[in-house]
Amino acid sequence: MSTPALAAPALPLHTAGPYVAAAYIVFLALVLIYVAIMATRLSRTERDLSELQRDVEAAAEKPEEPRDLEHVR
Amino acid sequence: MSSVVSESAHAPAPTTYGRGLRGLAMATMATVTVALALVFFYAPLDADQGFIQKIFYIHVPLAIVSLCGFIAGGVFAIGHLRTGERRWDLRSYVAIHMSLIFSVGGLITGSIWAKASWGHWWVWNEPTLVSYLIVVLMYATYQPLRFAIEDPERQSRYASVFAIVAGAFVPMNFIAVRLAQNYVHPRVLTLGGGNLPGPMRLTFFVSLVGITLLFVTLWKYEMAAKNARMQIRRLRRTLLGEDGVRPLGRSAAPL
Repeated sequence: MSTPALAAPALPLHTAGPYVAAAYIVFLALVLIYVAIMATRLSRTERDLSELQRDVEAAAEKPEEPRDLEHVR
Repeated sequence: MSSVVSESAHAPAPTTYGRGLRGLAMATMATVTVALALVFFYAPLDADQGFIQKIFYIHVPLAIVSLCGFIAGGVFAIGHLRTGERRWDLRSYVAIHMSLIFSVGGLITGSIWAKASWGHWWVWNEPTLVSYLIVVLMYATYQPLRFAIEDPERQSRYASVFAIVAGAFVPMNFIAVRLAQNYVHPRVLTLGGGNLPGPMRLTFFVSLVGITLLFVTLWKYEMAAKNARMQIRRLRRTLLGEDGVRPLGRSAAPL
């Protein structure tokens, strides 16, 4: 346990292969999970944006309040 | 309407994080692809470790970039404390958040390598591993710390102080471990150039650049997403007034 690196011989290809594949799959999985989470957030942002557009259009359709004539002058 | 004009006239110019993101993403993709090609088709097999050494090209860059990201989080936090601008807090938050993800990748890939090379998933008497774990666990408290503080102003200030202190701890921790004796962890990189042969060194540095670009791309991506949400909220407030803005729930992220 004290010097495991020195004691360990090189693994043959058929044994080492799955470990190497696992490490690179972990990396790929992390990136893909992150992208999936960000895609969910993007759809939420898109929903917020369309909601805002709807609210602004609804506010624009409301009849305008009478203006303060003194202020205009 | 006049209030809208005056508000937008005094507001700071909006920062756009999406600018250049496409080019950066393409550069990242190209570099990571080249790095993977070099790893599997160009770099020679290590004489001692054989094929298992290929993990090194992903594990070490992930660990290095995550540590640099933690330090960057501290630097951004200095910007926040100096200027009081929330965007620096957001930058710091996203850098630390990204670094945590990368460090989890570094820990898992390192653990896989340890199992293949040493026969153990984790070795507790190896200083590099344990010190890295301490750093990761320390940063794992960052989000709970933010979440524990309800007032956004205090939350961002306390988080910045944490990010600066922890960011200063990262290089000190790294140097202390490097200066320690009884190395078990392979020392393939040193200030003197290390003991990597040419093709391996080239492959390693391309991998490092690829992972760094990936970090920056994802950081910009998340910054752009958060910034867009903030801008929608600001726009809603400007166009519809306070009544048009939904109250925010408690969050660990800067608001």
